Amino acid sequence: MENSRRDFLKIAGISALAVAGAEPVLNAFASEHGEEASKAAGFQKEEKALTAKQWAMVIDTRKFKSAKDLEPIIEVCHKIHNVPDFSKENKRHIIKWIWEEEYKHAFPGDASGFTDERIEHLPFLVLCNHCEEPPCVRACPTKATFKREDGIVLMDFHRCIGCRFCMAACPYGSRSFNFRDPRPFIEERNPQFPTRMKGVVEKCNFCAERLAAGQVPACVEASKGAIAFGDLYDPESEVRKLLKSNYTIRRKAGLGTGPTIYYIV
Amino acid sequence: MNKQMYDKKNVIAGIVIFAVLVSFPFWYNLGKAAPAPELVLTDAAKAAKECVMSKEEMKAGHMQLLDMWREKVVRESDRIYVSAKGKPYVMSLSNTCMDCHSNKAEFCDRCHNYSSVTPYCWDCHIDNPKAEVKNFKVSENSKEAK
Ligand code: SF4
Ligand code: SF4
Ligand code: SF4
Repeated sequence: MENSRRDFLKIAGISALAVAGAEPVLNAFASEHGEEASKAAGFQKEEKALTAKQWAMVIDTRKFKSAKDLEPIIEVCHKIHNVPDFSKENKRHIIKWIWEEEYKHAFPGDASGFTDERIEHLPFLVLCNHCEEPPCVRACPTKATFKREDGIVLMDFHRCIGCRFCMAACPYGSRSFNFRDPRPFIEERNPQFPTRMKGVVEKCNFCAERLAAGQVPACVEASKGAIAFGDLYDPESEVRKLLKSNYTIRRKAGLGTGPTIYYIV
Repeated sequence: MNKQMYDKKNVIAGIVIFAVLVSFPFWYNLGKAAPAPELVLTDAAKAAKECVMSKEEMKAGHMQLLDMWREKVVRESDRIYVSAKGKPYVMSLSNTCMDCHSNKAEFCDRCHNYSSVTPYCWDCHIDNPKAEVKNFKVSENSKEAK
């Protein structure tokens, strides 16, 4: 017994070494074959695609008077991204990519007991902050949520298993869960954009599909100049110019998530 | 030693019935192999003459190709695929594949049903965007934003 176990261990050790030694050979073999399959085929960015080191937004809240001004912005986002409307069904199932929030809820840490009247009643537009240190990405066990090279915190819906760890990790409530099949609740769908399915989390994608086609996000376009969009690390960008000349605040910046949505108040 | 089988008749009958039942699917379907599905190409697909890869490669490997497209588009933000013949295509199941093959029932489904696979692409991707796109409009003040 003793002997045969020793033999077994010896053989196992030698085989492990042999496999380790052969690995480069195996790899070379595999890549040779892989290349054959995709001979001349290649991948490119679209020529018009907009790129950045870290996309960011500056929202000028002075340009919004009432919640009415926010409506078309919210509407266009939800419409082009096939966001279902559960508001008439069950409030707990509501899915939102961008929505309106009161100051005291959007900036709970900053609200003093006595906020000035304008701010107190001002509608704030809130969306995913595309954080520079996103806790949702750390929490996601499948890498369905990840930070892209241009700073966008994006979701690969194909990989989302609906565990909702990301929702627990996001301190801004930027994420919504599809408790039911969303399709019947999309009034009029944009056929060029996919819908989601039951059991998947979703949130603002910073209009990744529009950036790829050289367009700025839809909410920026619909805001009539109230929202600026640009590269946070390009000193010449529109957002940097605004940040240089205005006092801005961010949501719960003290948590260290590095939100990239800035608000001029 | 004297070997004896009790209830011989019942036991043998039982074994025979069991064997017949187990092999039932095999002999029942003998000689009735389902015919290979016939796919219908739309006029657009016929006019295009070639797909993003050769017909044989597509038959065998369209699922791997789509998976690679997903990886490239979602994670690496590359949206253009250049075919082996050097022709560029936007990597999109709905907007590129289904633009030609707008007949899912006679194209995708026939083979998938035949081989008994149920891919869940269609839970999210829209199968015939062309038919719907004309009707889709966003409101006045955000017309540009499509
Ligand atoms: S706002 Fe929430 S969902 Fe968006 S990147 Fe930050 S932590 Fe993630
Ligand atoms: S719900 Fe989806 S995106 Fe969120 S943590 Fe789980 S797998 Fe990741
Ligand atoms: S950036 Fe795009 S996805 Fe995000 S809120 Fe604005 S319109 Fe919606």
